[in-house]
Amino acid sequence: MVTDTANRLRSQAEDSVNLRRKLNRSLRMQKVRALLLIAPLLIFILISFLFPIADMLFRSVENKIVSQVLPRTVASLQSWDPANSDLPNEATFRSIYADLAIAVEQRRNTRVGTRLNYESPGIASLFRKVKRGMTKIDVSSFINFFNDLDSNFRDSEWLAREFSEPELAKLLPFSASALEYWRVENPEGGQPDSYLYVSLAVELISASKAELGELERPIADFLVKAQEQLPRLDHVNLRDAFLEIDRKWGEPTVWRTIKMYSSTLTTGYLLNSIDMKKGLDGPEFRDDSERLYIKIFIRTLVMSLTITLCSLLLGYPVAYFLAHQPLRRANLYLILVLLPFWTSLLVRTSAWKVLLQQEGVINDFMVVLRIIDDSGRLIMINNQFGTIVAMTHILLPFMILPLFSVMKTIPESYVRAAKSLGASSWTAFRRIYFPQTMAGIGAGSVLVFILAIGYYITPELVGGTKGTFISNRIAYHISSSLNWGLAAALASLLFGAVLVLYWVYDRIVGIDNVKLG
Amino acid sequence: MKIDRLVISSLGALAVSAGSAAAIDLTVVSWGGAYSQSQINAYHNPFMELNSDVNIIHDESAAEAVAKLRAMNEAGNITWDLVDVVASDAIRLCDEGLAMEIDFDTMIAPAPDGTSARDDFGELIVTDCFIPQIVYSTTFGYRTDVAEWGGREPSTVCDVFDLENFPGMRSLEKRPINNVEWALHCDGVPLGEIYDALGAEGGLERALAKLDTIRDHVIWWSAGADTPQLLADGEVVMGSTYNGRLFSLIEEKGAPVKMLWDAQAFDLDGWIIPEGLPADRLEATLALLRFATDTQRLADQSKYISYGPARKSSAPLVGMHIELGIDMAPHMPTDPANAENTLIYDYRWWSDYRDDIDAKFQAWLAK
Amino acid sequence: MPIDANTGFVRFEGVQKTYDGKVLVVKDLNLSIGKGEFLTMLGPSGSGKTTCLLMLAGFETATHGEILVDGKPINNIPPHKRGIGMVFQNYALFPHMTVAENLAFPLDVRSVGRDERDAKVKRALDMVQMGGFESRRPLQLSGGQQQRIALARALVFEPDLVLMDEPLGALDKQLREHMQFEIKHLHERLGVTVVYVTHDQTEALTMSDRVAVFDDGRIQQLAAPDHLYEMPENSFVAQFIGENNTLMGIVEELSEDVASVRLDGGEIVSAVPVNVGAVGERTRVSVRPERVELDERKLPSGAHTIAAEVQEFIYMGDIFRTRLKVAGNEDFIVKSRNASNQTRLSPGEKIKIGWLPEDCRALDA
Repeated sequence: MVTDTANRLRSQAEDSVNLRRKLNRSLRMQKVRALLLIAPLLIFILISFLFPIADMLFRSVENKIVSQVLPRTVASLQSWDPANSDLPNEATFRSIYADLAIAVEQRRNTRVGTRLNYESPGIASLFRKVKRGMTKIDVSSFINFFNDLDSNFRDSEWLAREFSEPELAKLLPFSASALEYWRVENPEGGQPDSYLYVSLAVELISASKAELGELERPIADFLVKAQEQLPRLDHVNLRDAFLEIDRKWGEPTVWRTIKMYSSTLTTGYLLNSIDMKKGLDGPEFRDDSERLYIKIFIRTLVMSLTITLCSLLLGYPVAYFLAHQPLRRANLYLILVLLPFWTSLLVRTSAWKVLLQQEGVINDFMVVLRIIDDSGRLIMINNQFGTIVAMTHILLPFMILPLFSVMKTIPESYVRAAKSLGASSWTAFRRIYFPQTMAGIGAGSVLVFILAIGYYITPELVGGTKGTFISNRIAYHISSSLNWGLAAALASLLFGAVLVLYWVYDRIVGIDNVKLG
Repeated sequence: MKIDRLVISSLGALAVSAGSAAAIDLTVVSWGGAYSQSQINAYHNPFMELNSDVNIIHDESAAEAVAKLRAMNEAGNITWDLVDVVASDAIRLCDEGLAMEIDFDTMIAPAPDGTSARDDFGELIVTDCFIPQIVYSTTFGYRTDVAEWGGREPSTVCDVFDLENFPGMRSLEKRPINNVEWALHCDGVPLGEIYDALGAEGGLERALAKLDTIRDHVIWWSAGADTPQLLADGEVVMGSTYNGRLFSLIEEKGAPVKMLWDAQAFDLDGWIIPEGLPADRLEATLALLRFATDTQRLADQSKYISYGPARKSSAPLVGMHIELGIDMAPHMPTDPANAENTLIYDYRWWSDYRDDIDAKFQAWLAK
Repeated sequence: MPIDANTGFVRFEGVQKTYDGKVLVVKDLNLSIGKGEFLTMLGPSGSGKTTCLLMLAGFETATHGEILVDGKPINNIPPHKRGIGMVFQNYALFPHMTVAENLAFPLDVRSVGRDERDAKVKRALDMVQMGGFESRRPLQLSGGQQQRIALARALVFEPDLVLMDEPLGALDKQLREHMQFEIKHLHERLGVTVVYVTHDQTEALTMSDRVAVFDDGRIQQLAAPDHLYEMPENSFVAQFIGENNTLMGIVEELSEDVASVRLDGGEIVSAVPVNVGAVGERTRVSVRPERVELDERKLPSGAHTIAAEVQEFIYMGDIFRTRLKVAGNEDFIVKSRNASNQTRLSPGEKIKIGWLPEDCRALDA
């Protein structure tokens, strides 16, 4: 009897497990089918949307160029103390000679100069000048030094055979890469360029003699010998040669900048975008005269919120009016709301100029009506007021549409019910109608705010000096200064700020309460 | 209709390719508007008449050229063949390795008298990648009907900073270039020493302090069309813009405005060829470039727009405006009467300090 | 329950309503509703019944005429000051409030103290057997539950008058019938005046003290349910309320209480003259299907017989439904009880059926 019951219970449990398994299987099939259906869209979004954004955001920390173009210099500067006001040693100058000689051939000297110029103005022309300057530097001693050791050093084929030994390439990596680069550029062979010999001379200083000796290659003996005889090159002074090209090579700032921005990932752009910079003792704030971005960030947020609020105040009654019209007339009015989209943004913005400027329509009108004196014409454009007016106008439809579509779904009977229950019109609106439009307010506000925060054409045209947004600076760095790293950093911060606001919004209002229609 | 044209054009192309090499499309990027039109009239149409196998496609996105060229380069797909940029952008593009280096001796036509192109362009060759076309200047225009001025007219650039004798709003470009130079000049620095003073400790602060004296009376512009419009509307009494824009405001629209040539800031506009063009397009592009930058073609352009040809040898060939029938020589920024006192823009200096000074200038503006 | 036209609790006096200035949707309405009465406005859609309700509630204004509640004209009193409870077709429960908040709403806007409010909310919920649902949201409730809450909300502030606009329309049949009784019992218990709008005649007959049948903007008949059913005053009411067999004919003779009608088939029948013109005019003779006897032998004396041909016989469980061809009308229905001695007819059979003359009413054509 007891076992009977137990058996029955067990078989029931098994049945339910089986049932759940079956259900899961059928649900999984449904999910897979649904996923397959949206796969093309998903892949499209991934490739055309998420990947480029991720790539752009990554640029805010990406900094490969310095270590790629100046690998020998970066390695050599490792032992140099940037806090020291002394210049780096001769080996560093020889390293940068080899690096720049290759970079000039690749036309990358100016590019790394541009990168470093973002951090320390003046470096761009320093790196540009080396193209002509380096041809004047006499490095024949390096070439002769190795040729005197053995005439085989003139033969790129022989060198290539020797360097094909992995042990050697590991021991003298920069020389190996210099040789490889030369052979790619000069497939016909012959005597390598000076940078290979300079590179060899630099690397031999610190190479282990024992390991060199252990190599079972003809070159091993020559390299050991070369290492012993290196002091013969001490008289060569590339440092003075560089100072002759430009005195600035003698300023520790240049070397400090190279060292500080040599890592492949940098915080430099992000620090810059919050008005800070890398100092010797970690991040520090910039001078007051250079602080810009935090102020503009705050301004962007405050003005976007203001615009959102203005759109809401203006859009709410309009949406309410539309939602309470007969369908056919509502559609007609809706077209009128959308009408501005048929004209170009520039035209709409320019129209505001005509209306708001000091000699403009509104001022003229008020002078005629004697509301203001001719000498007391109001300044309503090229400031924050102008930006808020123009942008509110442009973004208003994005507020009206979600509000309208939400209001349309609220039956009139709610307000009637409230009234019949004793609520005055105002109470019925405040306690019954308004709360039900929250979803539309949420959607409209999020839409308008996010659009506003990224706007730059209108603020640029009517914003004057006080009405520009952070996007204006991003646009400047993307299209004018080409400092894409900084642009990406600013964009990342903006993105972060939006995410934070979104989170706050979710906490306060609840994102489920957003309805676009 | 569309199909008709397609058929006709492809038939035309067929006819051409039967006789010569296959037809080729070249995308030429410029600024649009009157300027592009002057290039089309002076260079592109005559070139296409001579070379029926070349079809020039006009693109008007020169304003974003630098960013777009970099994006194209990163994507490894260069779709532009010849790009019109200002000199400072050409330097950037050259530095970035995005523009091709030009050999002036072989790629550019010498002057009719045999002077080499390098000498004919002279000091206007500011970077290896850039072939200048025109000299334009940023200078001031002022209204001639300002009652408060009591009949006075500005005669020097420093009158822009003189609110007492010349009250009213001014318009200046929303960037440091030129403005800080003029400010320093009017603070007592001779034109020849501007960049030394600007580079020295406190130099920029000095310039900004001078600009501070008029900042409440300035409308900052960012599009070249702004100042002419502001002047025409009477929103400002004087303002800086490109001399060609002022020419059309004064001569074509007849606005009560005059030019103030004093301390005009010269700048250059010209061509670059993107790095990495395929051989066939490069060959056609070089042919177009050689044609478009020869002495006669540069002189022809000034028939349509009041910018000075960049070649010395073109200057004597400048004639009348094609529609207005005005002698164009006196309207050239390079005309000796206009160029008595000019600001020579230092490209090298600005390429180093532009970002830094721009950040400080923007911070000052935002104050 | 006789209602004096001058003392009714709710009075419509010569009320007219037009929306577009052309068509009157309510034409000269005069209606007096007694205190504590359950009055139903019944009619097809577009008959003006809902407009009357909305005018009473204050959501529409009368174009002409006066509406009085408790002797006071209310035309100029805004809806929220009328103190009339209302139950809407789709309940109109506020979706962003809990059940308790919904019920507390009318009390809150009347500034009722907190303790009193909570007590009343609890009492109202208990009244509709929904205690324990205080913290639910309306969307978490079933249709019937929402209906009860809507009812409780309309009653919680103890109005003297409650309006109901097709409140059961969205419920399924079984639930609807159940709710009909509940509403009726609530009405009996509270003694509140109810004006109820519906297009469902069963609902109207089941619940009401009196029913006003609306059509074309007018009250066609105002009477108690039994009176309405058994003594329709015109053919619209006769056809709208319940099922009815009609036979067209011409009045042959007419006296005070008997009209002799020659049917279109030639037969002569006598009927109670309710709404007929003079001799020689067309009339519509109506007989309820359940008042017709299929078996000639069972007819009492004085009954009237007529030849019929069976068209269709339908077995419906408790009743049989027989469709006959009578005097040219092929849709003549007879309902008979499923009694053990009841005959089951087959199509094609020719029989004689009959009815009592007093069950036969001559109405307007």
